[in-house]
Amino acid sequence: MKKLFTSLTAMLMAVSLVGCSSNKPADNTPATAAATAEAEATAEAAASGEKIGIILVGDENEGYTYAHMLGIKNAAAKLGIAESDIIWKYSIGEDQKCYDAAVDLVENGATLVISNSYGHQSYMMQAAQEYPEVTFVADTGDNAWTTGLDNFKNAFTSVYESRYVSGVVAGMKIAELNEKGELKEENFNEEGNVKIGYVGAFPYAEVVSGYTAFYLGIKSVVENVTMYVEYTNSWFDLTAEATVADDLMSQGCVIIGQHADSTGAPSQLQKNMEDNKYGFTAYSVGYNVSMLDVAPDVALTSASNVWEVFYEYAFNCWKNGENMKTDWTGGYNEGAVEITALGSAVAEGTEERVNEVIAQIKSGELHVFDASTFTIGGETPTSIMGDIDADFTDDTECLIDGYFHESEFRSAPYFAARIDGIVEETE
Amino acid sequence: MEKKTTHKAPLFHVRKKDDTTLIQAILIRAVFVVLALLVSALFIYFVTKLDPISVYTSMFKGAFGTSRRTWITIRDTCLLLMISVALSPAFRMRFWNCGAEGQVLIGGLTTAALMIYFGSKIPTVLLLLIMLVVSAAAGGIWALLPAVFKAKYDTNETLFTLMMNYLAIQLVEFFVDIWDKKQSHSVGIINMAGHGGWFPEVLGQQYTINIILVVVITVAVYVYMKYSKHGYEGAVVGESVATARYAGINVPSVIRRNVLLSGAIAGIAGFVEVAGISHTISKQTAGGRGFTAIIVCWLAKFNPFIMAIISLFLVFLDKGAAQIASDFGLNEFASDIITGILLFFILSAEFFINYSISRSEPVKEEH
Repeated sequence: MKKLFTSLTAMLMAVSLVGCSSNKPADNTPATAAATAEAEATAEAAASGEKIGIILVGDENEGYTYAHMLGIKNAAAKLGIAESDIIWKYSIGEDQKCYDAAVDLVENGATLVISNSYGHQSYMMQAAQEYPEVTFVADTGDNAWTTGLDNFKNAFTSVYESRYVSGVVAGMKIAELNEKGELKEENFNEEGNVKIGYVGAFPYAEVVSGYTAFYLGIKSVVENVTMYVEYTNSWFDLTAEATVADDLMSQGCVIIGQHADSTGAPSQLQKNMEDNKYGFTAYSVGYNVSMLDVAPDVALTSASNVWEVFYEYAFNCWKNGENMKTDWTGGYNEGAVEITALGSAVAEGTEERVNEVIAQIKSGELHVFDASTFTIGGETPTSIMGDIDADFTDDTECLIDGYFHESEFRSAPYFAARIDGIVEETE
Repeated sequence: MEKKTTHKAPLFHVRKKDDTTLIQAILIRAVFVVLALLVSALFIYFVTKLDPISVYTSMFKGAFGTSRRTWITIRDTCLLLMISVALSPAFRMRFWNCGAEGQVLIGGLTTAALMIYFGSKIPTVLLLLIMLVVSAAAGGIWALLPAVFKAKYDTNETLFTLMMNYLAIQLVEFFVDIWDKKQSHSVGIINMAGHGGWFPEVLGQQYTINIILVVVITVAVYVYMKYSKHGYEGAVVGESVATARYAGINVPSVIRRNVLLSGAIAGIAGFVEVAGISHTISKQTAGGRGFTAIIVCWLAKFNPFIMAIISLFLVFLDKGAAQIASDFGLNEFASDIITGILLFFILSAEFFINYSISRSEPVKEEH
């Protein structure tokens, strides 16, 4: 399974990244055109002693940053960019330090500066205003295209696709449990729906988009499910994630998904199983990294990003002196998202089903946010607006041709509608 | 029954000494700095397998490698110095103000609020003056509250000021949520477009005002503590409350006044941080400097010039650590070890300046 994914990913990357302009999504964004004039000026970047500057919110001890570091190193190796051409700034907080780091990188020869955390965005923008000849990219940021700056970019993977697929894995497991009669009375709510839990970081669009995709993935396999979402109000909090997971399980949830960066939830589920705490087993669907190390018996899979694909695109543009697109995004078609190796607990036939679904997503046959698959307020939606310019008000109709166009108007997710069957538990 | 009791004498005796000359003190420090560099060099060479000289060079470059880095080092030193200076009027009375972190935050919070609500309405110079006064008042009140309770009910100021830190952090979190328009849990840069309420460049330098403010306040506090009657009263209260009372000093009033001053300066430091450096507010705005300043103030024994040197040294270590992480991929843990070794030796030097160790004389057996 994993081998298949790796080779598929490699093939895809080879195909999709020959040229910088071959990536298709997010082409509605403005300011992708004005490229050629600058191109000549910055051509042959590497040869003239120009550097790439990287600003990271953590270091290799933090999973999210580690995934970025790995992606950067692999991409650089593939493109033959020397290690000495990359300047690293570790553990840069989302404050003035980010601006200081960005300017310092420019003074040390960087002509491409990339930061990896959302909160870096406004400091990157400040630097971008001051150094128009340098390209600044704020990964996971959302406002580059609204700034009108030609040298300020955003990038975000279409991770909702792999979340949907991880939902399919969970759905298969629920179907199997149901068939074998292993579901208990407490695993159903009063409407007779199977209970699913979700550990969310914050009630933001990025998280809403993710858990909705996950839920729809489950629903594509089993119809009668209800998902309960609880927030930790932190991106990384081992204890809070474990507590929330335990709480959801005590309410009878048999699957616990997550959009938070630690291993807290799966570890707790593994422990609960070993202690036989609630008389049933709940299974984990993780995020970022495989949870099989911490939860070998209950981890099904994790939705994850392959940042290498983005870095290869960005470095290639830098090398060839081409202007990057303002919003970069990539999903299964670009090899930029994947689910991690399936655990031993997955239901029979999962692998086949997963491959099928991935193929459908790639061919465009299946749309994750297909409006015919969910309801809002009891009705099939005919319009869903999105807040694309990030000013806190919905401004753009995103429900076109029967599905919600996520990450196409800009790279950062903006699906924030609350659909039926998902209950947000806020204190 | 005969019981044989032996008094075991310790091998060494530690004695306080007051006769260390300035030259001796400098020599002792120099020896310990060299020792610190040698021990860290061993760590660097054997554990990280790097060349110690190039690591030290890299640290130096991190702090002073470019003129911009030098300015940032100066800027950060100024801020740490200012908070350390803020602590001294309180510490002089042995009022353990552990609340500088909160006082800085609350000064920063009021500054940020004024920038957000009046940044485009009031001319910057006037706004800066208002922010200076309001942040000083806010920091002052934040410190005064524990002082009033200390003066009136003799409550424990260490716990009280610490508690006020958490209050300040929660307040900042609360307002960040209100001002955060993008649900990103951060305010972002305030007034990025018009620079409303930002320190303007003076003499072509971004941080000129920061430096002027710090120098003025540092000198003023030095004069206040050393030469004014009020400053002297604080010192007397610190030595002995009973003596102060006997001398007719109104102790509660002295406590209130000095702590108010302490909090006000910390509040101004928050103003400098927000309006002069980061132009944003978050619970990281104070960044632990309120606690680091305690070490600086205490090590320097209230001498502002030594505070400046210690502040510079700590900032230097911080910048150096970041640079070796960048150059050699040494993560925070490795830099922390090097910083720890350096600090350990420098603190040890203070011990040998203030105390002498001598071989104990054999104790005669008593019967």
